[in-house]
Amino acid sequence: MRTGPEANEMKERYASDILAEFFRRMTLVREFELRAIEERRGGLIPGFIHSCVGQEATAVGACMALSQEDVITSTHRGHGHLIGKGGDPKYMMAELAARSPGYCNGRGGSLHIADFELGILGANGIVGGGFPMATGAALGFQMRKEKRVALAFFGDGATNEGSFHEAANQAGVWKLPVIFFLENNLYGEGTAMHRCTPIEDLAIRAQGYGFPGVIVDGMDILAVYEAVREARERAIAGQGPTMIEAKTYRYRGHYEGDPQVYRTQEEIQSWQRKDAIVRFRAKLVDSGLFDDGDLEEIQGSVIEQLDEAVAFAASAEKPAVEDALAGVYADTHNGLVF
Amino acid sequence: MRNITYSEAIREAMVEEMRTNPSVFLMGEDVGVFNGVWGVSNGMLAEFGHERVRDTAISELNIIGSGLGAALVGMRPIVEIMFGDFLMCAGDQLVNQVAKARFMSGGKANVPLTIRIASGAPGSSAAQHSQSPESWFMNVPGLKIVTPATPADAKGLLRTAIRGEDPVLFFEHKMLYALTGPVPEDPDFMVPFGEAAVVREGKDVTIIGVGIMVQKALVAAKQLSSKGIDAEVIDPRTLVPLDKDTLIKSVAKTGRVIIAHEAHRRSGPGAEISAMLAEEAIEYLDGPIIRIGAMNVPLPYSPELENHVLPNENDIVQAALKLCGKA
Repeated sequence: MRTGPEANEMKERYASDILAEFFRRMTLVREFELRAIEERRGGLIPGFIHSCVGQEATAVGACMALSQEDVITSTHRGHGHLIGKGGDPKYMMAELAARSPGYCNGRGGSLHIADFELGILGANGIVGGGFPMATGAALGFQMRKEKRVALAFFGDGATNEGSFHEAANQAGVWKLPVIFFLENNLYGEGTAMHRCTPIEDLAIRAQGYGFPGVIVDGMDILAVYEAVREARERAIAGQGPTMIEAKTYRYRGHYEGDPQVYRTQEEIQSWQRKDAIVRFRAKLVDSGLFDDGDLEEIQGSVIEQLDEAVAFAASAEKPAVEDALAGVYADTHNGLVF
Repeated sequence: MRNITYSEAIREAMVEEMRTNPSVFLMGEDVGVFNGVWGVSNGMLAEFGHERVRDTAISELNIIGSGLGAALVGMRPIVEIMFGDFLMCAGDQLVNQVAKARFMSGGKANVPLTIRIASGAPGSSAAQHSQSPESWFMNVPGLKIVTPATPADAKGLLRTAIRGEDPVLFFEHKMLYALTGPVPEDPDFMVPFGEAAVVREGKDVTIIGVGIMVQKALVAAKQLSSKGIDAEVIDPRTLVPLDKDTLIKSVAKTGRVIIAHEAHRRSGPGAEISAMLAEEAIEYLDGPIIRIGAMNVPLPYSPELENHVLPNENDIVQAALKLCGKA
């Protein structure tokens, strides 16, 4: 399992502004999730929330290794991916609150947030639903000879869906510029991975499709970032896909309200001791590049940003019921499609 | 206007669009080296190369899903599904992803994806290579459903599909591939969606045919005319969108209607069309709405059984005679 550089080495390899941005975005993901959970309890958000608390390093590390022109496909647990790729919490929160100015005009909700300008092809309500989309986007880039990649986020459960195997095979054959980024959080909903998958390291599945599978510490943002950078370079050099398996963990239930009978408090705590944000924060301070005050300031700005996002969502207009049929088709043929 | 086959008409539409628009490409199982199992893409690999005529793995889910992904980044993919029955292998991508991408994104996703599907019987292809699954997808908002019955419509409707911004299921009936007919040479010839064709004018009974049943309805109409019944034959051409006006106008004129399709009778396209007519045109009707379709059994292998199960010209003739009180 690959890990990232220690504090001294980090200082040599990275400029301080990108390090600060790693910290800011991870904090934003964590605080966004906690705030969304609170707002759901308070009634602002009508739908499900599948929070990614605990998985901040995978989301942010992977997305920040991409360029603005690259695209991602996301999952049920996608808020971190969207923020990682530059999504604005204001429009995300408005979407979660089912309001008109939300990313999908209140049509999609948490499971379907998309923003094509940011290269977010969409979160997905179907486990494994995004693989073919990512390979197709990568095919488009390859055909047009653009130096862009598609990164498909997915969980351990999705590697047992047929879509993974079909897409990985075709991507391997055509050497598509696609990165299969697995956030292995050990549970597919409520079923432990070892109970439904006969191997421990899912990255070996890549071998069957002719491309490398790399295992990284998903609680270490620098390890994630570096692995994705490398995979991206391989992809745009025409060398084809890479699968990256990041070992990570979600601290909260599959969805908010999940009774979590399938795991123990001890197990959760053992992962929380490896918390990606806490560890990275300590590393930033150790490096001497930042002090506690700098990092608290970043945290404060994140909280402020979320206060604004919630206020924006709460006061935003709801979609008009007269517009229920809007957005199904580009051309409705004078309404005859309905 | 020259006469070409339905298959050639489809190929012409693809080739012409690929020549003028570099975003258009074809992918599917055996569409390249093999020239397509139905021969529709014959010669296209030679002209466009492997880059734009792409042989895929046998992975229908990925074929349709990657068509969506390519469309989302600005390509205009045409994907071929070798048998309509195989659409089920791609069920999630088609129903949950392709159909809903635009809506779920608040109308932002552009999905110019054309899915060409060879479908229908007969030929002793049995239960997994013979179905006409159009109506399964009529219940999925977000898709458009096209059922060309002539070479000209095949070409004009396919061009409309390729140039449009919505996902289209384009059902090609296998038994129509060899059908010859006049096709305009205009490089911009298009047939709009949502406009039914009055294929034969008549005053006594309306026969609404879907796909290959348009051709059978024309044969039936000829037989009926010798028995003193003047049948009008209507081809909706697209099931979604559905040109209700043309259908209702015809029914208002004749007062009698038969809907014929090769799909199974229960919940086939005729169920939707007859419900629409019952809701919007019942005052014009002098008799029951009659649906003709395949019997509600899986398509059999035995030629005798297959022939018995599928609808034919004579079923239409008998229904029309009965409806007109001449049986």
